[in-house]
Amino acid sequence: MIGVENLAMAFGEKVVQKDVGFTVANGSVFAIIGGSGCGKSTLLKHMIGLGVPSAGRILYGDRDINALGDKDRNRLLRRFGVLFQAGALWSSMTVADNIALPLELYSSCSPQAIEDIVAFKLSLVGLEGCGALMPSELSGGMRKRAGLARALALDPEILFLDEPSAGLDPVSSRNLDELIVQLRECLGATIVIVTHELASIFAIADDCVFLDSAAGGVIAHGNPGELRDHSKSAIVRAFLNRGEFDATKLGASSS
Amino acid sequence: MLKPIRPESGKAMTGTHISVEDGPESLILCLRGDWRDGSGLPDSAFVENLLHKARPNALIRVSGREITGWSSVLPAFLSALRAECAAVNLRLRLEHFPEGVHALLELSSRRSPARPVTPERRKPLMAINSRRVGPWQAGVNIAGAVGEVVLGLFAAFQTSGKMRGQDFRRQLLEVGAQALAIVSLVSFLIGAILGFVGLVQLKMFGVSIYVADLVGIAMAREMAAIMTAIIIAGRTGAAFAANLATMQANEEIDALKTLAVSPVEHLIVPRVSALILMMPVLYIYACAVGIIGGMVIAIASSDITVLAYLDETRQAVAAKQFIIGGMKSVVFGALVGIVGCYTGLRAGRSAAEVGRAATSAVVSCIVGVIALDAIFALCANALRV
Repeated sequence: MIGVENLAMAFGEKVVQKDVGFTVANGSVFAIIGGSGCGKSTLLKHMIGLGVPSAGRILYGDRDINALGDKDRNRLLRRFGVLFQAGALWSSMTVADNIALPLELYSSCSPQAIEDIVAFKLSLVGLEGCGALMPSELSGGMRKRAGLARALALDPEILFLDEPSAGLDPVSSRNLDELIVQLRECLGATIVIVTHELASIFAIADDCVFLDSAAGGVIAHGNPGELRDHSKSAIVRAFLNRGEFDATKLGASSS
Repeated sequence: MLKPIRPESGKAMTGTHISVEDGPESLILCLRGDWRDGSGLPDSAFVENLLHKARPNALIRVSGREITGWSSVLPAFLSALRAECAAVNLRLRLEHFPEGVHALLELSSRRSPARPVTPERRKPLMAINSRRVGPWQAGVNIAGAVGEVVLGLFAAFQTSGKMRGQDFRRQLLEVGAQALAIVSLVSFLIGAILGFVGLVQLKMFGVSIYVADLVGIAMAREMAAIMTAIIIAGRTGAAFAANLATMQANEEIDALKTLAVSPVEHLIVPRVSALILMMPVLYIYACAVGIIGGMVIAIASSDITVLAYLDETRQAVAAKQFIIGGMKSVVFGALVGIVGCYTGLRAGRSAAEVGRAATSAVVSCIVGVIALDAIFALCANALRV
């Protein structure tokens, strides 16, 4: 289980969020949603250890990622797979080498077996036969899928996806949603996803939190479908219904 | 790596993770044990060897009943097996595998390739060749770049020019004032080294005072110009290339073009013109510091006085030496500026290309500076100056 407790995040003087708290159940697809600039990606970066919180804890089981020694922290990080917003492929390596690198570093598979796994991961994301391409030769969507294949390289227990559907066509986006669900079912992975895509949120997320920059924390937590229909917060209902919200109804701020 | 098992008819072969039995109707593969990680797990090379001798259209039965644990290694192996069976026209049947394995295999087979053609992986030597252009093409490229910059210079200084004064002033500061520290250090040391080496030899003939001639002429005619150019190539040329290559990768140059702003006029002209203007200034400064470096050594190591040293330098170093050195510095400045910017603009759109552009710019600039210096020496000799 992942637990975020009283997390405060800031860039110098600028406070992004001051009190974020929620838990993510094992094997669930958990979405972090909210308006632009509310700190969703920042929260994700804190969850994977790339940011140091101003206050609060991020727990994996009962261990705080920021309180672990280097060895334990690295062991924990190897259980993660991360898809960054723009793919973040290493531009000096081919797509296949990008996926093979974690396997070469952390598995004892033979080079041929690594090649087989790379080909399989590429076929999972629909990039079969593209291993020899350089990242600069890929389109935005292909780059994202290659990033996902790299994130899957070590069969992660927890998969973090930052805006996975952004820049994809509707069919690719639906396929990716399907893949995410299949991965959860096949590998039992927990998936934490930052997204704006409402279709994806409703299709795959079991649970979600809604971050609000004005409130400085989570203003709604629950199943996306239920929040859409029954959230007490007008902002959340407006967001999930793609509609305008009435500013006079902002008094109720939690679901 | 696991050595391939070559089954003979009717004979069972057993490995740690797989056993193979060649039956009358089918080839039976029984997978077993932990398929999560390990150097001994079978791979596609094993599959290829195994199926090589199978009868055409034979049935390959694969059982996963005895598997105790699995990761992606297992579906990757089965996927390779499936592809190989399809390639050599064999039938495949998977039995008793976990549901997740079937689901992943189905998922991977359902997705049509985004680009079905797999490009041939280039060998390193081919990659080098593909980046190389012939001397004729290189000459044409450089001439084109010089022409574009000259036209850009004319356009930029017209009233309708797109070059911004603040860009030019910032470049003056960056290529000139901010380079003073490193130019001072290197020039002082060069002057001091020349003075020290010269003094040791000249003392033997009792003409120590001529060390001022040696340091003065060497600095004014050759060393100040060439060392400043090499410093600027490493510092500024690389910075130009990396800066423009990063802009290329971030589509900033495309954004300029869509505004109908010429990248040459907006980006290259301020840089090149600032370098052309600042190089003679840096050259004069390097001459002065180098002469002081030689003087410090001469005063410290012999009985030469400051006034005697400076007087000797004044008499020995004719104005033409400064003119030759100054002309060189202008040409070197133009070369470093154009090559640095041109390399950056021609870079690809990735982080790796930024590094390549910076390296290429420095190497080309240094080689170019030394080659041009040789041409200057030949011309000066021919003109007897």
